[in-house]
Amino acid sequence: MMSKIVRTQANFLYPFILIFGFYVVAHGHITPGGGFQGGAVIATGVALVAVAYGYDTIKKWIKKTHLTAAEGIGLLCFIITAFIGLSTSFFYNFLANSGLIFGNRVPYGINPGYLNTAGTLPIMNLAVGIEVLGGLSVIIMYMMAYGREVKQ
Amino acid sequence: MNPWDLIMNNAPALAIAIPLLGAFVTPLINRAGRKAMLVWVIAVLAFTEFIALLLVYQVNTYGIQVYVFGANPHTLTVPPDSGGIPVRIIFTIDGMSAFTALISATLGLVVGIYSVGSEKFQTAQEKFFALLLLLVVGMMGMALTGDIFNFFVFLEINSLAAAALVSYHLNKGKAVEAAFKYAVVSSIGALMILFAIAILYGEYDALNMAMIAQRMYQTGFSTYDMIAMTLILVTLAMKCGAVPMHYWVPDGYGEAPGGTSAILVVASQASLYGLFRMSFTVFGLSANTSSLGWFMIILGLLSMFIGVTMAFLQHDIKRLMAYHAVSQTGYMLLGVGVGLATLGTAAFNQYGLYAMEGGIFHIINHALYKGLLFLTAGAIIYRVGTSDLNKMGGLAHSMKFTAVFFLIGAFAIAGIPPFNGFASKLMIYESVYQLNPFLAIVAAIVSMLTLASFLKVFHSAFLGPKIYDVKEVPKSMLFAMSILAFFIILFGIFPNIAIHYLVAPAAHALANPLGYITKVLGGGA
Repeated sequence: MMSKIVRTQANFLYPFILIFGFYVVAHGHITPGGGFQGGAVIATGVALVAVAYGYDTIKKWIKKTHLTAAEGIGLLCFIITAFIGLSTSFFYNFLANSGLIFGNRVPYGINPGYLNTAGTLPIMNLAVGIEVLGGLSVIIMYMMAYGREVKQ
Repeated sequence: MNPWDLIMNNAPALAIAIPLLGAFVTPLINRAGRKAMLVWVIAVLAFTEFIALLLVYQVNTYGIQVYVFGANPHTLTVPPDSGGIPVRIIFTIDGMSAFTALISATLGLVVGIYSVGSEKFQTAQEKFFALLLLLVVGMMGMALTGDIFNFFVFLEINSLAAAALVSYHLNKGKAVEAAFKYAVVSSIGALMILFAIAILYGEYDALNMAMIAQRMYQTGFSTYDMIAMTLILVTLAMKCGAVPMHYWVPDGYGEAPGGTSAILVVASQASLYGLFRMSFTVFGLSANTSSLGWFMIILGLLSMFIGVTMAFLQHDIKRLMAYHAVSQTGYMLLGVGVGLATLGTAAFNQYGLYAMEGGIFHIINHALYKGLLFLTAGAIIYRVGTSDLNKMGGLAHSMKFTAVFFLIGAFAIAGIPPFNGFASKLMIYESVYQLNPFLAIVAAIVSMLTLASFLKVFHSAFLGPKIYDVKEVPKSMLFAMSILAFFIILFGIFPNIAIHYLVAPAAHALANPLGYITKVLGGGA
């Protein structure tokens, strides 16, 4: 566990890092970034709290099984989205321009960027984001657990 | 659309999608119990095997198949508004791809069945089987893809899954060290391939293999192409374990648990497939195939001879077999290298194609008998607990079936009729002799040395007085070994079955890069 100043800073920054990470994930199809980058940003939030509070405290808050479950769910969402389009072809973008969720048509020319477009791409970005936040966070947790073992 | 049409139309995608889905679901199903997880894994592997057979059938019946991910319809390789460039990820399946995919799926299924018994007392089995399925995905993807960047991605999946599998039995850190070595070597190799892909992409604005090959043919073979070709071919030769880049093979194969060494053999053969695909299809039209062929022949000769002589020094059964795997890879490089060296000349039809068929036939034979030998080695270690040949002895008293399977594998690798190694080695001897008699002489000598080496192993492991009071291995392991033994004898007595349906289409597909390019760029109808 680190000093009171570091912990207060971590408390303050943690929600903002998460929000920024989810922003990058959700806007993956219209701005630079995407599922992997956003998930990595979210995992840095976990890393910050883990460094500030130490492994012994954090392992009570964040369970490894939940993180591995997030990993599995993300991967499953990704491949199931790919499978749904199978009657045309694998990975077929069945939602694009359909008028359903994420199904609006992109207007021609310069525009501010519309979130409700691009079909299955945002869904895949979300799936990858969930997978990466779980995967990278669980790597951080294991590394910290191992570091403590070495110290002892 | 009825399910059968769905499978038929999407077979190339399903070949990777099914094991991928299987790998992701495995940890979830494991919460319902170990038995449910095992049934699921074996079912997924069996379905993958079915898809691979379907691909072989489709290629043999309808010719080269293309599959475009996310396109409507799925054969639309060049969309009308793309300016003539295949923009999407395309799977291109010709005889050679289907052949490699079939070997990968078969060994995946066999090793899956074997591991049910051999990994029974390990922890985190769901992770082992998920990684096994991912390794199958990597091999299938490398075999089927027609996109050079996609090839790199599957190569990475292949390397990472293989490295994690090698370290599965920690073995006091030795296995972890071997896995680390393998991971570092393959990452450096993968970076070299990525660099080469960047060169090709910068030069030709395309990542599709057919497109790169066509544009390279139009503009001629430049220095950049030569750099890219060298980086790609050296890396793939390293990944398939050719001398002088074989240093990771004995560690990796030697420390991997039980059946995993058998699937690592096929994982290396996927890189061998990549080596052949790049040198024939991508660079074959533009580069000097004669010198490229001699490069492969020399690699093959070195691998054959150094591999077998190093094997003599070993007293660890798995390291010994690993060096023999290096040696046998030399035969494949020799056979296909002779085909590449004579490509486009009159000699190709006289003996070059025959040499290629021999080399390619040796790939499947090697997967079968070396797979069987590694499985028997795993069975011995499973019961005796040591891999040191000096500490073994008299196992034929109690492990009768394992001893018979070992003998079948040993005779096959030494090229003794009526086992399959004889059929492919005879084809290689007969054809490479016509290019240069020296090649055939080395190949024959190496074959004799192999026999001597395996007689030594059989003697020290199975003969002699009874030292260990052990039982035969579990039934699932015996069943897995018997599948491979059955095919070894089948392909030994009736080599024409394999040659007609698998090997000849593969050799013709490699020798015909123009057909590959036309199929992808010609609209895909």
